[in-house]
Amino acid sequence: MDLAFTPEEQKFADDVRTFVRANLPADVRDKVKNGKHLGRDDYMRWQQALGKKGWLVYTWPKKHGGPGFTPAERYIFENICAEEYAPGIIPFGTKMVGPVIYTFGSEEQKAKYLPAIRESTVWWCQGYSEPGSGSDLASLRTKADKEGDHYIVNGSKTWNTMGHWADWIFCLVRTDSKSKPQEGISFLLIDMKTPGITVKPIIMADGGHEVNEVFFDNVSVPAANLVGKENEGWTCAKFLLANERLGIAAVPQSKRGVEALKDIARIEQDNGRPLIENQSFAEKIADLEIQVTALEYTELRVLSAMAHGGQPGPEVSGLKIRGSEIQQRITELTMEAVGEYSAPYLPGLLWQGTNEAPVGPEYAHLAAPRYFNTRKTTIYGGSNEIQKGIISKMVLGL
Amino acid sequence: MDLALKPEHKAFADEIRAFARANLSPATREKTLSGKHYDRDDHMVWQQALGKKGWLTYTWPKKFGGPGWDVTRRFLFENVLAEEGAPRILPFGPKMVGPVIYTFGNDEQKARFLPGIRESTVSWCQGYSEPGAGSDLANLRTKAERDGDHYVVNGQKTWTSYAHWGDWIFCLVRTNTEAKPQEGISFLLIDMKTPGVTVRPIIMLDGAHAVNDVFLDNVKVPVANLVGKENDGWTCAKFLLANERLGIAEVPSSKRGVSMLRSISDDPSMAEKIADVDLQVQALEMSELRALSAMALGGAPGPEVSTLKVRGSEIQQRIAELAMEAVGEYAAPYQPGMLFHDSNETPVGPDHAPPAAPRYFNMRKTSIYGGSTEIQKNIVSKMVLGL
Amino acid sequence: MDLSLSDEQKQLQEQAERFVRDKYAFDARRKIAATDRGWLPENWAQFAELGWLGMSLSEEDGGYGGGPIETMIVMEQFGKGLVLEPFLPTVVLGGGMIARAGTAAQKEALLAPMIEGKKQFALAWLERQSRYNLADVSLKATKEGAGWSLSGQKGVVYNAASADQIIVLARTAGSARESKGLTLFIVDGKAKGLSRRDYPTQDSLRASELTFDKVSVGADAVLGKVDEGFGVVEDGVDRAIVALCAEATGCMDAINAATLEYIKTRKQFGVPIGKFQVLQHRMVDCFTNAQEARSMTLMASLKIDDKDPVVRAKAASGAKVQIGKSGKFCGQSAVQMHGGMGVTDELSVSHYFKRLTMIDLMFGNQQHHLTRYSNLAMAA
Ligand SMILES: Cc1cc2nc3c(=O)[nH]c(=O)nc-3n(C[C@H](O)[C@H](O)[C@H](O)COP(=O)(O)OP(=O)(O)OC[C@H]3O[C@@H](n4cnc5c(N)ncnc54)[C@H](O)[C@@H]3O)c2cc1C
Ligand SMILES: Cc1cc2nc3c(=O)[nH]c(=O)nc-3n(C[C@H](O)[C@H](O)[C@H](O)COP(=O)(O)OP(=O)(O)OC[C@H]3O[C@@H](n4cnc5c(N)ncnc54)[C@H](O)[C@@H]3O)c2cc1C
Ligand SMILES: Cc1cc2nc3c(=O)[nH]c(=O)nc-3n(C[C@H](O)[C@H](O)[C@H](O)COP(=O)(O)OP(=O)(O)OC[C@H]3O[C@@H](n4cnc5c(N)ncnc54)[C@H](O)[C@@H]3O)c2cc1C
Repeated sequence: MDLAFTPEEQKFADDVRTFVRANLPADVRDKVKNGKHLGRDDYMRWQQALGKKGWLVYTWPKKHGGPGFTPAERYIFENICAEEYAPGIIPFGTKMVGPVIYTFGSEEQKAKYLPAIRESTVWWCQGYSEPGSGSDLASLRTKADKEGDHYIVNGSKTWNTMGHWADWIFCLVRTDSKSKPQEGISFLLIDMKTPGITVKPIIMADGGHEVNEVFFDNVSVPAANLVGKENEGWTCAKFLLANERLGIAAVPQSKRGVEALKDIARIEQDNGRPLIENQSFAEKIADLEIQVTALEYTELRVLSAMAHGGQPGPEVSGLKIRGSEIQQRITELTMEAVGEYSAPYLPGLLWQGTNEAPVGPEYAHLAAPRYFNTRKTTIYGGSNEIQKGIISKMVLGL
Repeated sequence: MDLALKPEHKAFADEIRAFARANLSPATREKTLSGKHYDRDDHMVWQQALGKKGWLTYTWPKKFGGPGWDVTRRFLFENVLAEEGAPRILPFGPKMVGPVIYTFGNDEQKARFLPGIRESTVSWCQGYSEPGAGSDLANLRTKAERDGDHYVVNGQKTWTSYAHWGDWIFCLVRTNTEAKPQEGISFLLIDMKTPGVTVRPIIMLDGAHAVNDVFLDNVKVPVANLVGKENDGWTCAKFLLANERLGIAEVPSSKRGVSMLRSISDDPSMAEKIADVDLQVQALEMSELRALSAMALGGAPGPEVSTLKVRGSEIQQRIAELAMEAVGEYAAPYQPGMLFHDSNETPVGPDHAPPAAPRYFNMRKTSIYGGSTEIQKNIVSKMVLGL
Repeated sequence: MDLSLSDEQKQLQEQAERFVRDKYAFDARRKIAATDRGWLPENWAQFAELGWLGMSLSEEDGGYGGGPIETMIVMEQFGKGLVLEPFLPTVVLGGGMIARAGTAAQKEALLAPMIEGKKQFALAWLERQSRYNLADVSLKATKEGAGWSLSGQKGVVYNAASADQIIVLARTAGSARESKGLTLFIVDGKAKGLSRRDYPTQDSLRASELTFDKVSVGADAVLGKVDEGFGVVEDGVDRAIVALCAEATGCMDAINAATLEYIKTRKQFGVPIGKFQVLQHRMVDCFTNAQEARSMTLMASLKIDDKDPVVRAKAASGAKVQIGKSGKFCGQSAVQMHGGMGVTDELSVSHYFKRLTMIDLMFGNQQHHLTRYSNLAMAA
């Protein structure tokens, strides 16, 4: 056991830093640094740069075109990207459907879909949830009926993150309504340009548009787009969910968040002194930092176990729970630091990138919307209640 | 709406204070203020003084020999006594079995048992819980079989507080094993001196002896000791539990706890923690006053008093926790002599150090007994929220 | 001691309930929030007609002789409906401070029209650096002939755009953060040299940044005594806090009711999600939190007229701590128990959540008031 990096690892870290500094577009970096919202193009430019270098799919094994990073390299890569204010990598292609395709897909599917995911030329979104099927995902009802060499898909998906930017969607659909709920589900890849697909925005509490409803009205999908066997989609679904939860802990982002919070607390005044010198506030930051450290070391332990040949087990649910709570706490304390200057709501500046001046410092108007928005982290990716249910059943045997 | 006291209430508070100062033994008072354990006499002598004055059963209506006080007077009584360092009134007679007897008992039972409770000449304990029946009280199995004009009782009660001081025990017993669990239970009063009753101490995590196992081995109990109808005991049981939960919030002693905390610590970040618990106590007190005031307008204590019990127990635990935090590493030395006996050894560290950790350990009980916090939340969820 | 409402108070409660029911359905509120002003003149006229604008003022001041309990009753209903009309800045803060500190002439000029619904007010105390310290004021007022000239900035001034008069806390003497040397001025909303940047707030109210560039006022603009404005503003804010606590109590009742209803009807795994014990217990905790908030609000409303300023300050701070704590708990829990629906703009929960969040930040958050309470309690 050793916490120190080897000389090779240190060299790798330098390479990553040099690469990020040379390739991350300055305007994107500024947006991330200032907590602004990114557009589709902002993500794409950065991801394509990573793709060229072969690092976008940094979690993939070599044989599918990944760089085959060791856990230490993964850790270094994620942390340096975060430190350098790179945007988070959108997971739908790289961390979700990609691994499903290389694990369960046919050779043709691998050849057809993986390159575009590696290079980020195609934007994917996730079509799991439905209005009646949130936590109870297996109750989903979007139907796919086989007709010749096509499936005809009818139904609706909801909470599609960035579905309005997506080229393709991967869906769980019901192909057999007679058997047990989990046994009649299939995993289908659908081109968003197919006739019969309509995307309708859902506006979030902070006024932003990031999720959508997606309606399917007699959408014809080639049978070749089925991943795995018909009616065995639940296996892919659960495989993917476990992968999803690993990234969701977002430790490097949280570390960055704590630093940003400290910067704000150095600027904000409290009785003529920087807020960071207020003992109760400083203690709250310290408490948060300790939580982040505990989470980081837990994640390192899990990664190290996986490096010795394990799949992510149900205990990663614990990472998701703590990770999401920490993300929320950072936004809560940031809002506390900003105080009453959180109140002004400037939707133009926030959403349309207008050049109106902020009220107070730039970071102030972002604080409350972020706090409101981040309530989502304990809900999506399997709510924290569901994660605890999983741990209780799978780990504790209750 | 008005929080101010009327002049007659102020005079009343003075009267209680004068009474407490004249009648509470200084040794007992000292135990309260320093967090030591009482012995049986501490309770009995004080309760008998209250009994003589007619105040022990201060929640009872006039017609059963209570003082028939309004909400304000009860509130003042509890607060002034707590401030004066009086031990809390043991609830088993005055707050539990007494009201059951005057509500469900027959006239003979009232005549026979109520005076001993009012005057505290008889000490009672509560025989509800059993090894297999804790939260799931209706699962109890202690059996009472009718044999002529007697019941023959067999089984085991556990967690019986102060059974080792008790003259009488009120028990829930099973009189019908065929019916639904709740429908075969009866409420029986048993003299602890009856042959076949054995008491075995259970030592708590802080070293204290307050609870016991009570074994009942062919104990003969006259049928006249049955309160209410046979197999209707669940009604009495629930009535009693609702009453029990009201007193259990322990606001006056928590208020005393807050002043105690302020007297032992002046660290600013501790001060904020104390301020926080102080405010929790105030919120609880106002909630209790609101409930009492609603009751005064003619309601019975409803299931929402469960929330008072939940918060009250959390607050008691928090006070004990903060007291230990204030003491720091000097909470470590274990000095049982200073807790349980009138020993004159000198404390290691400050005077308030020896009871700090034991109290913290002991107070964990408050969220377990009288219906655990989880059970209380189930009750509110079902009865108040309709979930 | 008596904790029951009088018959008149019960009537007032029903009246306010009815107003919210009739005028503040969720969609109606959305429309009001989208108007230019952010509130409806016809509603304000109705407040005047119902007597709410003068109910807590004494009869000598032209009011109807009520007090903090009446304010509490109305504010609580406003919280249930997330009412947008500027009752707090105009009536509780402005009207209250003028009634307590104003001269006969000021009262006559301002209170009577306020009661009739013809004048609105705003209080400008906050500056960029002040956080929650009411004395951290650098906007300066200097003597100018018989009157004064005001220069400097104020921030997040609620209702400034609609206010006919803005009560401004200015430094007339002393150094930064000294409580001595502060003076309150009643400044015309359209005064020369006063400019505004208006914006909506997270919870759909309206506020402004104000710049004072040599704004001239007469000697008669001083509210209270020169250099002794701090006590007036502190007392005014404490009273506003108590009213705000009542509003928060109403918000909590409403958000809890909405959540309870939701978990009884939303089904997953074939059952209403309210059948899951984790949600049941969380719902119970919400209920308990709201009860405590109600208790502390009641306590503070009963004590805020106490003669002893320390009693008043402790009551206000104590209640604000509870509101901050309970509001956060109920708000966050409601969102969580609604799942994805909770983070959308579509249901009322997120709107209650946002209001509760902003209430915590207003006039000092939970932490600030805990420290203040703690200091007062230690000093006692
Ligand atoms: C911002 C955002 C982005 C999202 N992005 C996507 C996406 O891209 N693709 C996609 O497919 N989905 C997405 N989701 C959907 C997300 O996965 C669901 O919201 C989530 O699974 C919860 O489902 P629900 O919203 O229907 O809540 P419900 O399932 O209705 O849950 C409501 C509440 O009940 C609790 N609950 C439910 N069942 C139980 C139980 N058995 N025990 C205890 N508590 C329980 C929940 O924890 C929650 O608190 C997104 C959601 C959000 C908010
Ligand atoms: C975004 C999101 C992320 C989530 N993450 C996870 C997650 O990672 N893991 C997880 O368990 N839940 C996750 N959930 C919750 C998931 O939707 C279910 O709620 C959960 O799996 C429990 O489902 P279940 O009750 O159907 O039980 P399960 O335990 O899944 O299955 C119940 C029954 O179905 C059978 N079954 C299970 N799998 C199959 C299969 N492949 N083929 C045939 N039969 C099968 C089982 O043998 C069992 O009898 C997530 C939900 C969302 C919306
Ligand atoms: C100091 C002390 C004094 C006592 N004095 C007396 C006395 O004088 N007379 C008397 O009759 N009894 C007395 N009791 C007993 C007391 O009432 C029981 O301890 C209590 O009812 C809990 O029962 P249990 O200890 O068997 O715990 P269990 O019922 O076994 O509970 C264990 C845990 O499971 C939880 N749990 C149980 N059921 C549920 C559920 N449905 N949902 C969620 N959680 C659940 C509980 O909350 C608890 O956390 C005393 C107890 C103590 C500790």
